[in-house]
Amino acid sequence: MLKDKAAIVGVGTTEFHRRGGSGEESHLSMMVRATKAACEDAGLSITDIDGFSYYQAGFDSGVLASTLGIPELRYSVTMTGGGGGSQGSLVNAAMAVATGQADVVLCVKALKSGGPGGRRIGQMGAVARQPSDPTSYDNSFTAPFGLMSPGQGFAMMARHHMHKYGTTPEQFGAVAISTRNHASRNPAALYRQPITMDDYLNSRMIADPLRVLDFCLETDGATALIVTSTERARDLRQKPVIIGAGVMGGAGRWGNGIFWHQMPEEYYSSSGHRPVAKRLYAMAGVGPSDIDVAEMYDHFTPQVIAQLEDYGFCEPGEGGAFVEDGGLNFDTGRLPVNTHGGNLSEVYLLGLTHTIEGVRQIRGTSTSQVPDAEVCLVTSGPGILPTSALILHS
Amino acid sequence: MSYLPDEFEVVFPTAASQAFWDACNDQRLAFQQCTACRTFRHPPGPLCHACQSDDYAWTEVSGDGTLFSWTVVTHPVHPSLAERVPFNVALVEFADAPGVRLISNVVDAAPEELTAGMPLRLHWDKGSNGQLLPRFVKA
Repeated sequence: MLKDKAAIVGVGTTEFHRRGGSGEESHLSMMVRATKAACEDAGLSITDIDGFSYYQAGFDSGVLASTLGIPELRYSVTMTGGGGGSQGSLVNAAMAVATGQADVVLCVKALKSGGPGGRRIGQMGAVARQPSDPTSYDNSFTAPFGLMSPGQGFAMMARHHMHKYGTTPEQFGAVAISTRNHASRNPAALYRQPITMDDYLNSRMIADPLRVLDFCLETDGATALIVTSTERARDLRQKPVIIGAGVMGGAGRWGNGIFWHQMPEEYYSSSGHRPVAKRLYAMAGVGPSDIDVAEMYDHFTPQVIAQLEDYGFCEPGEGGAFVEDGGLNFDTGRLPVNTHGGNLSEVYLLGLTHTIEGVRQIRGTSTSQVPDAEVCLVTSGPGILPTSALILHS
Repeated sequence: MSYLPDEFEVVFPTAASQAFWDACNDQRLAFQQCTACRTFRHPPGPLCHACQSDDYAWTEVSGDGTLFSWTVVTHPVHPSLAERVPFNVALVEFADAPGVRLISNVVDAAPEELTAGMPLRLHWDKGSNGQLLPRFVKA
């Protein structure tokens, strides 16, 4: 079993930019800078790295290994899917060190949402029509009917949650407001101006019922984390952050989720995380009441509400009430969520910024530190199968 | 004027979907149905997800549906959509093909007219490459 076998010992990022702000800098250059920062944080040399673990399309390991000067690459693996694989890249890294396939695994991701080589995930379907990728879903059943962006797909799921449970726009807004409050305390966050419910309700409608403040950012930057065995971690520079559990997957009929919409109704009103949550808690030997802080993939506010339900912090349908009245605030909330400002307000780099914030909480170095945080839940994007999640602890 | 710009209303049939689109061109809406366990599936694929049989038939449905969920798109994610917003994207369910949802549009409904469970009737639109597209109107 993977429980407690591996630890996160170093984290690093580039500076964060609004869309296109990284200019001409390549993905590779940004990945290298984040990797250097993570190695310095860990007290390791880049040449100690002997494994790479990626997600969402990965990267060319030949280019990366030769650039970094890795003496011997022993492991290279990529998760399938999208941002749902972010924590899964840590799972694969932990499995590699637990089984001796590698000693020091780098999880790294660069995202450029604009500029040369950049790609706007929010407009992934809004291109001149062409035949589908033969290895994925058939876009002739989506694009001719105007389903072109993740936000539109999540809007239909949010509408169903509202219809089924009475969830309100103000409850979506409560997620946006508490997340922005956390971002306002984080100097690295890109959007730091606090917002009110009026600001939220008056923000531009994009795909009804979702407003612009329900959407994550489109930004540029890179993230890197170093994973090694728990045993080795105890001799390194930082307090080890142990991977108490890590799982990936989801129900098969979650399928392509937001580009498919054939999920059985019981899943359609969820985040798709329920099966992952069950296995995650079982592996870690903890339950929802043991979680001190949660960093939940927040590409769209309603999906935070659905994840709170799926991870058992409240019953299905009660997530809206859970987030009201500052329910997610780091200091006064029912559960501190997205203490860095999340994808909504800090930066959107497809998931590893949540892992890095989870590491900070366990180290005790967050800008919105939860006192005595010992157990942290980190989740990946609920969009298409597979998704993934971690429980980190001290 | 078509519901969406011509550049989006293009269908590229595949070996798996050709029969679906051919039926549409005959103004028939038909879904794959497992001949072993009678489970419907969509989009078209090679295996029944309920019983793993690879035997199937194309079963025509009446086209009477209900609205499961929808979004009203107000932000044009592509410049050519600027004159088409607001438009809706609708998920339509069928009593005679349980388990299937069709991603489509309700072409005659104003945003405030859309309600969960509202009855819909099949309506054929011609896409930009001549392909008939299954869309819906208020029943």
